[in-house]
Amino acid sequence: MAELRIILGYAAGVGKTYRMLQEGQDLKAAGRDVVIGYFEPHARKDTIALTEGLEFVPRRVIEYRGRQFEEMDTDAILARHPEICLVDEFPHTNVPGSARAKRWEDVMVLLNAGIDVITTMNIQHLESLNDRVRQVSGIEVRETIPDWVLKQAAEIVFVDLTPGALLNRLDRGVVYAPEKAKRARENFFREPTLAALRELALRQTAHEVDLRQAEQDVAAAERILIHVTEATSTLALIRRGRRVADYLRADCFAVCVLPGAGLQELAPEIRQAVERHLNFARMLHIDTRILNAADPAEALAAFAHTNAITQIFLVKPERQKIPFFAAKQLFAMRLIRAARDIQVTLVADRTPRAGSG
Amino acid sequence: MARPDPEELLRRLEAEERHQSRGRLKILLGYAPGVGKSFRMLDEGRRRKARGQDVVVACTQATQEEAAGLLATFEVIPPLPGGAIDLDAVHRRRPGMCLIDGLAWTNPPGSKHPQRWQDIEELLAAGIGVIATINLQYVAERQERVEAIRGRHVRESVPESFLRTADDIEVVDAPALDATLAELREIALVLAAEVVDSQLSEYLKRDGIAQSYGVHERILVCITPRSNAALMIERAHLQAERFHGDLFVACVEQDNLSDADRQMLDQNLETARRANAHIALLRGSDFVQTILRFAEKENITQIFVGHSQRTGFWQRFGANPVERLILESGGMDIRIFPQQTRAQTDG
Repeated sequence: MAELRIILGYAAGVGKTYRMLQEGQDLKAAGRDVVIGYFEPHARKDTIALTEGLEFVPRRVIEYRGRQFEEMDTDAILARHPEICLVDEFPHTNVPGSARAKRWEDVMVLLNAGIDVITTMNIQHLESLNDRVRQVSGIEVRETIPDWVLKQAAEIVFVDLTPGALLNRLDRGVVYAPEKAKRARENFFREPTLAALRELALRQTAHEVDLRQAEQDVAAAERILIHVTEATSTLALIRRGRRVADYLRADCFAVCVLPGAGLQELAPEIRQAVERHLNFARMLHIDTRILNAADPAEALAAFAHTNAITQIFLVKPERQKIPFFAAKQLFAMRLIRAARDIQVTLVADRTPRAGSG
Repeated sequence: MARPDPEELLRRLEAEERHQSRGRLKILLGYAPGVGKSFRMLDEGRRRKARGQDVVVACTQATQEEAAGLLATFEVIPPLPGGAIDLDAVHRRRPGMCLIDGLAWTNPPGSKHPQRWQDIEELLAAGIGVIATINLQYVAERQERVEAIRGRHVRESVPESFLRTADDIEVVDAPALDATLAELREIALVLAAEVVDSQLSEYLKRDGIAQSYGVHERILVCITPRSNAALMIERAHLQAERFHGDLFVACVEQDNLSDADRQMLDQNLETARRANAHIALLRGSDFVQTILRFAEKENITQIFVGHSQRTGFWQRFGANPVERLILESGGMDIRIFPQQTRAQTDG
């Protein structure tokens, strides 16, 4: 497979596209065959100037509900077959009717065909950070990229700019048109939010550098088991488990325990939720299993023991939801007892609560 | 919610006044020579000039052709023979913004200040803005680790506290060419993340927001004489390192410990010291409450605690402390470590 390089930022306007084009220009000056596969000008003068002399592969026009949309033309790039292709906005979702749902899937096609790709993305689009991003920005990001896709990149390069400088750019109208800039300042573009995202991006880049270092200390390998249920908090649990597994370089399983005959016997809404959660885990490249047993705590513990699991991840129960007399039967406590020599991690909901603090 | 006290407000007001007459300092931090710091400095200078700012170059190490092309568009105040910045000339010229490479440079003997960062300090005090570049290897507090990685000693250094006085620090990042450079790159990114983290707590304090953003993992290991402290601390240390987080170890002190328990606890604390943890000896009659109060104060994100099926030790603190810890710890994760029971010392 060819090489993928990701230019990582923490917000629109920090200079990702500028950096991508700069690298393209440097490579072209060094005699390499570079084309622009997709570029989002955002009417930024400095950025547009940097495309000068670079070849564009024309976009493909796709009609959807009577309107015309322009997407990257992956087939045309394959036909042109450059050495290196520049692709803006890695997490973009293609308009329905495109060959693939996501631009990152198009990029995978280019890489498989032996074309190196330089692309851009912001930290808030990384799947495992989705809960954190909502927590610091109050915004639910829907276009996400699974973490394993990032792992495919040979290099991740961080583009830095202080939040103060970014807000100046926004105010000067460099980032968005005035009306949009004003709205942005009221939502996403607040100094603490930007600072938190910047910190996340710096730490993620440091982690990616760490991962790619040749000599890896093989500290006792952990094996992590995530308990999947129909509860919506399972999504955050899966993200967190995946993230910890990545950081600890651990294997990761997601297991759901169903009573009796399995999925078919469940109420439809519960079955759908469980299936959604298992699919989500699979999308993050987590091994999933369904166990049939009457006692979930015993079944999980037994699975953990036979599969040499070192750590079980559960959603942390909350006090107000548990009647006092039921505490003795607390699922978490029963599992802790059944797990014997295996560690149990109870993952809290970190979403800030109104009125707390 | 913590409101700043009047002393703190006064200190902040004075700092702001001092600030208004001072020039702004921006530092570009790179992990090694050749990552493109000088180019970034000149490129930013160019854009500022295009916006009408009065930008001059007082010192540059730019040698690459591209940078030289950029350099030609600037007014340059030539350095003194020997390489020091010509402070008198800069004062006479009084630009709005001065570009200075090599923040960590040592001036030749007989210069006004021994170090270039002191020259910069003087310019800032005179109201002149500065954009300066520095390599990670010159940051005093990181020097020991960097030298261990590079196997080379450098004499020049700048205190990290000076870096932290900068209005802005930006990382100039680029792919690393080998494993040594990758390690340095990681350190530089984490250093920047830590600077951003302290700025973030400043914002939150200033706005009276007590809520932790939890971007930064802070792990608290609770130990007792009976805990499997070596394993817990080792796991916590690994996790803190991988997440570039902080490690705390706390124990709730008890008066009526047996000699054997006291000895065991001391051993555990020694393990914590070796892992470079922040250690806290807490007092309080209620174990769970004491731990949680400390954890909230320190913005802890994860608590590691031991659990044994037998409750001999815990009963002194009241019933089911692990269960209470789980139910009362709000937004913190709890990781539970099975604890071998030692029959001879129990209950």
